[in-house]
Amino acid sequence: MSKYTMHLMVCGGTSCNSAESDVIVCNLRDEIDAKGLSDKVQVITTGCFGFCGKGPIVKVMPDNIIYVQVKPEDTQTIIEEHVIKGRKVERLLYRDPKTNEIVGDSKHMSVFKKQLRIVLRNCGVINPENIDEYIARDGYQALGKVLTEMTPGQVINVVKDSGQRGRGGAGFPTGLKWDIASKNKADQKYVVCNADEGDPGAFMDRSVLEGDPHSVLEAMAICGYSIGASEGLIYVRAEYPMAIRRLKIAINQAHEYGLLGKDIFGKGFNFDITLRYGAGAFVCGEETALIHSMEGLRGEPTIKPPFPAQSGYLGKPTNVNNVETFAAIPVIILQGAEWFSKIGTEKSKGTKVFALAGKINNVGLIEVPMGTTLREIIFQIGGGIRNGKKFKAVQTGGPSGGCLTEKHLDMPIDFDNLIAAGSMMGSGGMIVMDEDNCMVSVAKFFLDFMVDESCGKCAPCRIGNKRLHELLSRICDGKGIPEDLDRLRNMSLVIKDTALCGLGQSSPNPVLSTLDNFMNEYEAHVKDKKCPAGECKNLMEYVVNEENCVGCTACARVCPVNAISGQRKEVHHIDPTICIKCGACKEKCKFDAIFIR
Amino acid sequence: MSQIKSLPDLKKKREELKTGLINAIESKNQVQVKVAMATCGIASGAKPIMEFFMEQLEKRNIPAVVTQTGCMGYCYAEPTVEVKLPGQDPVVYGFVDLKRADQIIEKYIKTGELVDGIIPVNYETIDSKE
Repeated sequence: MSKYTMHLMVCGGTSCNSAESDVIVCNLRDEIDAKGLSDKVQVITTGCFGFCGKGPIVKVMPDNIIYVQVKPEDTQTIIEEHVIKGRKVERLLYRDPKTNEIVGDSKHMSVFKKQLRIVLRNCGVINPENIDEYIARDGYQALGKVLTEMTPGQVINVVKDSGQRGRGGAGFPTGLKWDIASKNKADQKYVVCNADEGDPGAFMDRSVLEGDPHSVLEAMAICGYSIGASEGLIYVRAEYPMAIRRLKIAINQAHEYGLLGKDIFGKGFNFDITLRYGAGAFVCGEETALIHSMEGLRGEPTIKPPFPAQSGYLGKPTNVNNVETFAAIPVIILQGAEWFSKIGTEKSKGTKVFALAGKINNVGLIEVPMGTTLREIIFQIGGGIRNGKKFKAVQTGGPSGGCLTEKHLDMPIDFDNLIAAGSMMGSGGMIVMDEDNCMVSVAKFFLDFMVDESCGKCAPCRIGNKRLHELLSRICDGKGIPEDLDRLRNMSLVIKDTALCGLGQSSPNPVLSTLDNFMNEYEAHVKDKKCPAGECKNLMEYVVNEENCVGCTACARVCPVNAISGQRKEVHHIDPTICIKCGACKEKCKFDAIFIR
Repeated sequence: MSQIKSLPDLKKKREELKTGLINAIESKNQVQVKVAMATCGIASGAKPIMEFFMEQLEKRNIPAVVTQTGCMGYCYAEPTVEVKLPGQDPVVYGFVDLKRADQIIEKYIKTGELVDGIIPVNYETIDSKE
């Protein structure tokens, strides 16, 4: 066993580290040495505690005490008071912002734990290729309960009462969807799992399929029982080979145990699941296009109605839900609707998984109760912005969503608030942007994606998005005119109103939300021909600061196109007509003599 | 594999597995090592780490079970590895390269001494939420 009787765990996450947690580690070690305690007390640097707003954090084990906002000069007090005399350092303990009371024992400090894992309950816990580990953690109990103790109508009522809304993006109530599908009479019905996750920067569904495939299979069988379907299909993209492999293993194992197949639990209910592979078209995440793709037709959407619940796969009633929606179902059944509906906000119940990406310190997969604020997600769990830069915006809902800014940071996140703010929940990708991101370029990037992914069936999406993209490119190139901004907005609104499916109707969202929130940047591009963030190359000019330049010739030597001229020990000059704005000179210059204008 | 024919069957199976899985490991005083092996983990090098643990634990005569698991959510700190010493709470280590993997075996697993790079648990689970 360890010779140490006490551990001081110092957060070495990027955020705490930039607040000198490394110095705290050194100071603590020095103090411990000086007091001759180095064989009893060990100092350890850890990863992020997910409480970056109050960092740097020092946790004392086994006492389970967390000190917040510790400064390098506090280390002596911690050692002398806590380590030696065993007295808590009160002024460094966390105080509840509402009651101002000290929150001591970290076991009860739910404030430190913003995340609640329902969908991700087994991810990173069980071996996804071993059904026994799933069963040991209550796997298939919900299916057993449903088949043995409940009628299909009761199951639908539980899902309805739970208030769960579809996690694929639109937020349609899951129970209502099941209800509609169950009421449509047919000789065959289908349950489809939409695993066509295509948003740039989103990886929630993949992680669930790779980490806990059985939860999706179990939920699909539950859904099949409630709506009267005996066949399930998972539409998963071929780009997810690991998810496919683990799904196949899971389906086989469930068959061997008789948890899928004929007469499950001896209750006369048959259910089977097969896989369908998508080729990676973004539009196939739209449920009608997805169904056509599964039928072997072109992945193009069709007008609703008829809804898939009336006429879906092979013309039969079909219920399509997203991976994350399914993964929560077994928990809802076992814990009850009331339990689930206590979590979240009034109109959005439960938790949501988000994939944090972009310029954020803790890139990762998180799950938080609905109603958590963006600030908590980005600055506490996410650890704030990389390299100490300033937060500018976060794109939620992928290319169909919009960007949210500083003023939205304290808004509780749920389906309705996001739409009111001009964005959407989408599937849960969150791309964080800092001060160096040009918002016009961001809008252009998403339009670029949309132009590629438009299926081409309707003119507003096929032609309209192309024109939007051209306008944005022109603005980024410095050839925009002020009238372009009105044109952008008008065209966006027309596309929104007239496109056939969800893809087209939401594709101008990035343009509209950046116009709403960052009009000044657009104006700078078209009026002053400047890119304030310094990202649009054609609007930049590299210039030599004559006062700082010492004529060392380093820049001229590194310039790949010989755009820099000047004699040794004389001020140099960059020819803007030759310069390709690669930035090599600025990086090389030791005298800060090259700047961007 | 025997088929599960009813809900009581499944409940029995669950209890067997729960105690079975735990007993099998605890009774033999085995160390449990879980490596996050989702696509993202593998892409950042989890596979050689898992192989290293398997090989080296055997070579160094430490009774252990090494398994794979899915994404733990700490993408910024991949590869991530969870180590559970007999009778103790599991500890997650991030940024595990071969050097740190070696330290984890030599220090944490052999002597119980902690190693830098621990990722604190920053979430609640359904079991802990009342």
